[in-house]
Amino acid sequence: MEDIPKLPLDHWIDDGLDFLTDNFSFLTKIVSRHLEDGIDHIVEGLMYFPPWVMIIIFALIAWRLASYKMGIFTVLGLSLLWNLRLWESTMETLTLVIVATFIAILIAIPTGILAAVSKLANRIIMPLMDLMQTMPAFVYLIPAIPFFGLGTVSAIFSTVIFAMPPTIRLTCLGIKQVSPELVEAADAFGSTKTQKLFKVQLPLAIPTIMAGINQTIMLALSMVVIAAMIGAGGLGGEVWTAIQRLKPGMGFQAGIAIVILAIILDRITQKIGRGRVA
Amino acid sequence: MEKINVVNLTKIFGSHQEKALRLLDKGISKDEIFNKTGQIVGLADINFTISQGEILVVMGLSGSGKSTLIRCINRLVEPSKGQVFINGTDISTLDRNALLELRRQKFGMVFQHFALFPHRNVLDNVAFGLEIQRMDEELRYEKARSALKLVGLEDWEVAKPSQLSGGMQQRVGLARALAVEPDILLMDEAFSALDPLIRGDMQNELLTLQARMHKTILFITHDLDEALKIGNRVVLMKDGQIVQIGTPEEIVLSPANEYVQKFIENVDKSKILTARSILISTDIIASPTDSPQAIFTNMQDNCLTRILVVKSDNTLLGTVSMEGIQIAISRNEQTIANLIETDVPTATINDSLKILISILAEWRWQLPIVNEQHKLLGIVNHHNVLAALK
Ligand SMILES: Nc1ncnc2c1ncn2[C@@H]1O[C@H](COP(=O)(O)OP(=O)(O)OP(=O)(O)O)[C@@H](O)[C@H]1O
Ligand SMILES: [Mg+2]
Repeated sequence: MEDIPKLPLDHWIDDGLDFLTDNFSFLTKIVSRHLEDGIDHIVEGLMYFPPWVMIIIFALIAWRLASYKMGIFTVLGLSLLWNLRLWESTMETLTLVIVATFIAILIAIPTGILAAVSKLANRIIMPLMDLMQTMPAFVYLIPAIPFFGLGTVSAIFSTVIFAMPPTIRLTCLGIKQVSPELVEAADAFGSTKTQKLFKVQLPLAIPTIMAGINQTIMLALSMVVIAAMIGAGGLGGEVWTAIQRLKPGMGFQAGIAIVILAIILDRITQKIGRGRVA
Repeated sequence: MEKINVVNLTKIFGSHQEKALRLLDKGISKDEIFNKTGQIVGLADINFTISQGEILVVMGLSGSGKSTLIRCINRLVEPSKGQVFINGTDISTLDRNALLELRRQKFGMVFQHFALFPHRNVLDNVAFGLEIQRMDEELRYEKARSALKLVGLEDWEVAKPSQLSGGMQQRVGLARALAVEPDILLMDEAFSALDPLIRGDMQNELLTLQARMHKTILFITHDLDEALKIGNRVVLMKDGQIVQIGTPEEIVLSPANEYVQKFIENVDKSKILTARSILISTDIIASPTDSPQAIFTNMQDNCLTRILVVKSDNTLLGTVSMEGIQIAISRNEQTIANLIETDVPTATINDSLKILISILAEWRWQLPIVNEQHKLLGIVNHHNVLAALK
C-alpha cells in the first residue's frame, strides 16, 4: 500500500474550496456582515425586555402550543437559567437556533418538494442528504471560516447544512405518502400540478414536515453548541470555555441549560405538528 | 346521441408494449402474454358507446380491467392503442391544458374509498372541483351547497369527513362530483365499500337523482345484482375483454357463454325480467258489441271461465265471467256491454316479474298487460311467469 502514491483528495478539495473562496468570498463576506448585524439586533431585541417579561412570554407560548405543564416547566427552567447568570448566552443560542432553522426550512422545504415531484432531482438530492448526514459535524466548520470569517455567521452556515436533511427528507416523504387515491381525485377534477401540490399534497404532508422541522431544530441546537469552537458564543461558548479552563462545574451548568432549552423547543414544535393531524 | 365512444381501446402495463400488442393481435391470452413478456394486459380491444342520459355499468371480477377502463375515459391512464371519443372529440389528441379543461368541465368522478380530502370540511370537499376551476368563493359555495342538498347533507357543511359514516362520506363524494355539473359521471365501485343496506339506499338514490338529472353515467361494479339493478345496459368484462354487452334482460335471458351463465345463476331474475320478455299475445278476446251467445261458444271452445273485453281500437275495458255470460243469455241480452267488470288489474311491459307476481298472487286469473293508453298488448299468466323464473 505504501508504494501506491496517495490520492491527493485533500488537495483537490482544498483547491476547489480555494477557488470558491477567491472568487466568491467578497460576496459571502457581505452577506456575513449583514447577517451578523441582523443577529445582533435580534439578540438585542430579546435582551431589551427584562428576563421575567420574556419568561412569561415564553411560558405563555409553551402553554398555548403545548400544555400547561410545559408552561410551568418553561417558567421553572428559564428562571433557573436566569439565576445561573446564563440568560444572555441562552438568548444568543436561541437566536442562532431560530435563524439557522429559519434559513434551513426556507431551503429544505422547496428542496424536499422538488425531490418528491421530480425523479431526477430525487436521484441527485438523496445521496447528497446521505453525505451531509454522515459527515462529522465538525468538518463543516472548517470551510465556513474562509467564506464567512470566524463567528456567528459561520456557525449558522454550518448549522444550516447540518440541520437541513431531516426537513428535506420528511417533506419529500410526506408528499409521497399522500394516498394515491387522493392524488388521483385531485387529478380527476383537472388540477394542475401546482394546484395538486398546494391544495392536496402539501396540506396533507404538514404533520410529517413538522416532524422534520422538529428534528431540524434539535440538530440546529446541537450544532450551534459545537459551532462555539469557531466563535459562535452563547451556551456553547460557555461549554467551550469550561473545556479550555478544565472547569467541569461550569461545563455541566451550561450543559443543563442546553438540555432545558432543548426540551422546551422540542415539546413546543412536536405539539404543533401533532395539533395539525387532529 | 353518443356521448362516449370507445374504439379498439387497449392498455398494456409495462415497458415493452409493442411485443405484447403483437401477441394480443394474434389472440394470445392475457396470462400467456404475461408469461412470455412480463407485460400485463389491462384492456384488450374494447369497443362500446354510451349515449346521453344512459347508465352503462361495467361489471367484472377483480383484475378484469374495470378501473383501467374508467381511467382511460378521462385519461388518468393513457391507452396503449385505440381511441376514446367524448362528444365526438378524440381525447388522445388533446394537449395538457385541453385535457385539464375537459376533466374540469365534463367529468365528475366518484371513488371506491371515497377519496375525500381529510384536511377539508365537507363543504370545501364538495367545492373542490369548482375551486380547481378557479371559480370565485361566493359562487363556489353556493353551488357546493346546492350539491350537498341534492344528497341530503346540507346540515353537515362544517363536519370533517372522518366524522361521517361511510354512507354519508360517499354522499359527499357524489356531491363533490355533481357540484361541477358534469355531463358525465364516472363511478368506480362507488358503493362497493358500503354495507348492503346503505348500499341499496345509495343505489336507489342514484336512480332517483338520475331520473331528474339525466347525466351520462359510467358505473363500475363487481356485483352483478348491482349492475343489473342500476344499468340501462351492462358490460361484462373478463381479463380485459368484453364478454357480453346488453340490457340486463338480454344478459339474463341469453347469456353469451358459460362464464356469464355461471354469473347469472344466482341472480334474482324476478327483479330483472319484465313483462316484455314473457308477454303472450292473445286473440281470445271479446268485443263489447259481441252477443253473449257467441262469446259463450268462444269461451267453451277455449275452456275459459273469464274473457277480456277489448274495444275495436284495442282499449281494454275489463272482463266478463262465464256466470255473467250465462245470466246475459238467460235474460236474452243482445250484447255484453252491461256485464263488463272493470276492476281487472293491469301491468305495463316495464313492470318486473316481481311486481307481476305480487299482482298474480291476488288475482287468480291471467293478467292483461297494457300500454300508457290502456291498450291491450298481451297477457301474462301464472304459468309463464313461473316458467321464466325456472
Ligand atoms: N399501474 C399498473 N401497473 C401494472 N399493472 C396494472 C396497473 N394497474 C392495473 N394493472 C393490472 O391491470 C389489470 C386490471 O386492473 P384493474 O385495476 O383495472 O382491475 P379491476 O377490474 O379494477 O379490479 P378490482 O376489482 O380489483 O379493482 C390487473 O391485472 C392489474 O394487475
Ligand atoms: Mg378497480
